[in-house]
Amino acid sequence: MTDLTLPKSSQSGARGGIAALLAMLWRDKVALVSALVLLVIVICALIGPTLLGDLATDQNLRGRNSPPFDLERGWAFVLGGDSLGRPMLARLVVAARSTMMVAAGAVACALLIGAALGLVAGYLGKGVSQVIMRLADVIMSFPSLLIAVVVLYVLGPSVPNMILVLAITRIPIYLRTTRAEVLEVRERMFVQAAVVMGARPGRIILRHILPVVAPTLVTIATLDFAFVMLAESALSFLGIGIQPPDITWGLMVSQGRPYLTSAWWLAFWPGLMIVITTLSLNLLSNWMRIALDPAQRWRLEARSTTNG
Amino acid sequence: MADALLEVRNLSVDFHTAHGTVHAVRKVGWSVNRGETLAILGESGSGKSVSASAVMNLLDMPPARIVSGEILFEGRDLLKTSAEERRALNGKRIAMIFQDPLGHLNPVYSVGWQIVEMMTAHGRPADAARARALELIARVGLPEPERAMHKYPHQFSGGQRQRLMIAMALMLKPDILIADEPTTALDVTIQAEVLALLKELQAETGMGLVLITHDLGVVAEIADRVVVMSDGEIVEAGTAGDVYHRPHHPYTRKLIGAAPGKGEIRRPDDSSPVLLEIKDLCKTYGHVPALKNVSLALHKGQSLAVVGESGSGKSTLARTVLRLETADSGEALWKGKDLIAMNARDLLSVRRQIQMVFQDPTQSLNPRMSVYQIISEGWDIHRLVPDRAARRKRVAELLEQVGLLPEHAQRYPHQFSGGQRQRIAIARALALEPELIICDEAVSALDVSIQAQVIALLDSLRRRLGISFLFIAHDLGVVRDFADTVVVMKSGEIVESGPTGEIFEDPQQPYTQRLLAANLDPDPDVQAQRRLSASAPA
Repeated sequence: MTDLTLPKSSQSGARGGIAALLAMLWRDKVALVSALVLLVIVICALIGPTLLGDLATDQNLRGRNSPPFDLERGWAFVLGGDSLGRPMLARLVVAARSTMMVAAGAVACALLIGAALGLVAGYLGKGVSQVIMRLADVIMSFPSLLIAVVVLYVLGPSVPNMILVLAITRIPIYLRTTRAEVLEVRERMFVQAAVVMGARPGRIILRHILPVVAPTLVTIATLDFAFVMLAESALSFLGIGIQPPDITWGLMVSQGRPYLTSAWWLAFWPGLMIVITTLSLNLLSNWMRIALDPAQRWRLEARSTTNG
Repeated sequence: MADALLEVRNLSVDFHTAHGTVHAVRKVGWSVNRGETLAILGESGSGKSVSASAVMNLLDMPPARIVSGEILFEGRDLLKTSAEERRALNGKRIAMIFQDPLGHLNPVYSVGWQIVEMMTAHGRPADAARARALELIARVGLPEPERAMHKYPHQFSGGQRQRLMIAMALMLKPDILIADEPTTALDVTIQAEVLALLKELQAETGMGLVLITHDLGVVAEIADRVVVMSDGEIVEAGTAGDVYHRPHHPYTRKLIGAAPGKGEIRRPDDSSPVLLEIKDLCKTYGHVPALKNVSLALHKGQSLAVVGESGSGKSTLARTVLRLETADSGEALWKGKDLIAMNARDLLSVRRQIQMVFQDPTQSLNPRMSVYQIISEGWDIHRLVPDRAARRKRVAELLEQVGLLPEHAQRYPHQFSGGQRQRIAIARALALEPELIICDEAVSALDVSIQAQVIALLDSLRRRLGISFLFIAHDLGVVRDFADTVVVMKSGEIVESGPTGEIFEDPQQPYTQRLLAANLDPDPDVQAQRRLSASAPA
């Protein structure tokens, strides 16, 4: 039965590399759209503040809470204006940078540190594992918002400090998941086969265990992305996060909250951006999980190009 | 044939997969009557279980689709009856037991509850069900039936669980019992007991038995008639004796030819130097002794087989020698140096010389690495063959050496069949040019014909490259063909050891004798003879 898969997948192994990945991305249209959306957001984050920085902070009190889809005031007001008459579209584009920096930075730090500690705790002996796990327990036993408030109050609010605080509170999630998976994977036969061949712990962890654990971690990370964005807005709401005139989507949501009944678009557009970003990340990570697994890859390769 | 109790006629089942339609079985027909045993013999992927699953309405549809055919039970076509009627038949008139009893017993309920449920689900009063359950638990030979009722599945051994499954299947006195590889997961002695039990119960109740198996020995022991399946088709059908002695189809001939235990027994040559000597090795898990003063010696270029049932400590022995487990006491001298006391650096160089092939190649090959990466990993670890072109060439050579193609190097393990995967595992072991390969049940997960090929491959490697083998197995037939010396283990101790010829022709210990007697011969006549001589003195 397994031989049936031979002809198709064997080619991809030979082709290898980025070209094959792109071809697989082209075949999965949902993932392709997600990738494009994320690309647009990243570009906005990179060049948005330079292009639209002034426009986004320009107050125009006559345009306060101006409704969306009204081109009378120019293209920038197509999504409406906020409570100080600043164009929503420009603000969304500019906010992409701080939002992505905080969210991506915090998730990446938490992922890297959590996964590294988890791999060590899972693979090495009991003593190291005990120390690491108790540390994780300590972090988890504090309400994460409380740590954030204390740390940010002491260190002062800034983007790097936000990343640091949010990363620390999210580390235990990656740490515990990684450790649990490593404990299971290390007992698998191919790990034992590597031990018999004389492989050192570092090699076993990186070559044999990490690739098996990685898909789970990536899935958690994409889900965590949305959580971190909202946590950041909560901190900003309390006044210890991002400081105006700097702006993030989360902060925009919380600033728009008092106007929900009179001007829904103030909270709606940034909220929508958060949803679109996390959704795209989710769909893309889903695709990546399949594309990077040799045993699943045929699902993408077998797909015809017309299939959405 | 018109009055057969259960008859499958002209059945074709397709599976719709991502790669198009697979014809799982094509125009299959067989029948079974009261008191009769039909064996469906075939290797994995031959579709031998599909028709039985169709009878029990166990096929997942889709992806499966019954294209044609009928399944007649007492003259009624089951494929045309309603789902409700079939549920009423299942379990009550037609029952089934499976290969893996642990997987089919719910771990959170006591076995008594589960057996009783079998009857109450079909609307019988609970107290009658309980009485019948007790009676059957006693009948299938479990000690203390009253207490057994309150125990949970994990508290029983594999053989006892299979007995429980049989008891459960027989609760409603079915007319047909379908057994899907009922003894494959069991030790030989337990297998013999379970088969004997099935035969007794059949004689008592007069039920028809459909036995799905890959094992010629099981067919020889129990079947009246046999159908041989290959690639979804029945290639041969007849009485067990006829099919064995006068096979018509080339596939049947190949299958019978591949049955182990018929080759020449080898005479060991003790003149070559001792490569590995184990002295008084001990190991306990908690309070359970796994190895008790095990001593043996393996000469260069020879193969030593360690035989025993599950739990005899034979795998622990291999794992301890390889330092995957730490021994409590004793020595394992590799060319005079003690492996047990060796430091990390010396151990690394020895790891090159001793390689291991595991039981299940599906699990022992990293699914995310290509065959090239798998085979060349040892060179990365030991910093050998740095040149990439030389590596490619060597991988191609190794693949050819184990009977695969050089272009297989770019593929991944899941794209191969079980036998091919085991070849990859052997190629990986050979890559480091070892002097000793430890095979832990390396062929037991493979089909008979593939098993024969792998054994032949190992044997040629031994002859050509002078590699020694420590061969751990529970299958005596395979050992007989391959080993120079045999060591029989039981509960962590060596019961008997000696040259293969002596062990097989003149076993001294009762345990060895029992083990040999329980090993089923593929020839139905030989099996019948053995049964007669076994019952005569009693």
